[in-house]
Amino acid sequence: MIRVQDLTKTFGELTAVAGISFAVEAGEIFAFLGPNGAGKTTTIKMLTTLLTPTSGRVEIDGLDPAVQRNEVRKRFGIVFQDPSLDDELTAYENMDIHGAFYRVPRRLRGQRIERLLRLFDLWERRDDPVKRFSGGMRRRLEIARGLLHTPKILFLDEPTLGLDPQTRNQLWTLVAQLNAEERVTVFLTTHYMEEAERVAGRIAIIDRGRIVAQGSPQDLKRQTGAETLEQAFLALTGSSIREEDASAVDRMRSMARMWRRR
Amino acid sequence: MNIVYVLWLRQLKRFVRSRSRIVGALGQPVLFLVALGFGFGPIFERAGQGSYIQFLAPGVMAMTVLFTSIFAGIELIWDRQFGFLKETLVAPVPRLTIMIGRTLGGATVAVIQGLVVFAICSLAGFRASGFAALPRALAFMALIAVLFTALGTAIASVLQDFQGFQLVMNFLVMPVFFLSGALFPLSHVPRPLALVASVDPLAYGVDGLRSALIGISHFGAATDLAVLAALSAVSVAVGSYLFSRIQL
Repeated sequence: MIRVQDLTKTFGELTAVAGISFAVEAGEIFAFLGPNGAGKTTTIKMLTTLLTPTSGRVEIDGLDPAVQRNEVRKRFGIVFQDPSLDDELTAYENMDIHGAFYRVPRRLRGQRIERLLRLFDLWERRDDPVKRFSGGMRRRLEIARGLLHTPKILFLDEPTLGLDPQTRNQLWTLVAQLNAEERVTVFLTTHYMEEAERVAGRIAIIDRGRIVAQGSPQDLKRQTGAETLEQAFLALTGSSIREEDASAVDRMRSMARMWRRR
Repeated sequence: MNIVYVLWLRQLKRFVRSRSRIVGALGQPVLFLVALGFGFGPIFERAGQGSYIQFLAPGVMAMTVLFTSIFAGIELIWDRQFGFLKETLVAPVPRLTIMIGRTLGGATVAVIQGLVVFAICSLAGFRASGFAALPRALAFMALIAVLFTALGTAIASVLQDFQGFQLVMNFLVMPVFFLSGALFPLSHVPRPLALVASVDPLAYGVDGLRSALIGISHFGAATDLAVLAALSAVSVAVGSYLFSRIQL
């Protein structure tokens, strides 16, 4: 379903993704794990036509996202790392606009919106503006929306960021259910190891733009001799904190110095 | 076509639902009308130029359309920061369609605000020259609205956040308004100022509105129409180009 070969993306001097290769089969749940700034989101953006790769090949359902953009766009649904709903509109209106964008015929659109909103426990609140929704409800609505046009692939970019354990649990149950019932291929990124271990059939660990290991959770633990996936992850990526974080701290420190001098 | 309509409707819904913004946007034109209109009225009349309210009202309408449409365009930054832009950019819809839907939506909102100000001006004593004036005024308002919504979208496509917004207000929107002849007749101003006004797009909008509503014109209604139409086309083209190049 997804085929990636020697995919590279550079921004000026910075190499965000450095020649990664992997494949995701139809109906699989595939997790991308990595520290901050490892290149997860950049990869998703290239797979979903938002960025053009510097070099390498990408195939989504046999199509090239850099060339056959709109054809590729019809085939996936995406839940972004940060929200992408229109706060002023109601849940139903957000769904309806999405249906129009993807040319879901009007009658079918209404039926599917109702089914998805019921499935995600949002039907009662369909006429409330999204600005009154909690973080968990927004996430659920985003996933429901991503599924409205019956995509073959669902991309989830850290979908559980900032959610409480109950909501996270519910969300993964739904994702697993959708994958089992509708055979949706799922490509997800997350920071939470136990989540990846719970839902993903295969995992790729990416660090500094390179894939350092891939395989089933068991494979990864065996490879590193670790007991938990978290230990395996740390063994593969090291325990140093990443530049992104470090430079933010640096900035704060230098600011603090400036203030003291005054 | 359906998608243009959906995006247009979205802008309208957002407008109707933010009542505080509607009222807030009317504060400024009312203030201009009352403070300047009644304040300078006596002097204007003594100078032999007739009623200042009559002269000022089309300018204030143009101002309302200008501000509302620039804001509607710049709202794109809002969509970028609060995410809805991404939803539109991964949809299997040509960017041009999205741009056109947004622009028409924003322009419609601006024209509605312009008409509300028209009603307020009428309450304050403004009288249009006849019923035929209204459709012609509407056409000019629509052109101003499209021109500046597309311009706002073009600017917002380049800006990453609201940091640059103050710059746009102070160095673009304010000069465009104050130098347009919305507040004073262009016929007797010093040459440099007249020259600046003649390259100010809004000057043609104000002049067009004035010719439609009270039958006074500096450039001539045909010139106004031609210049505005041409500039609108250019600004929609530039806006579409810059919008299509947005990368997230």
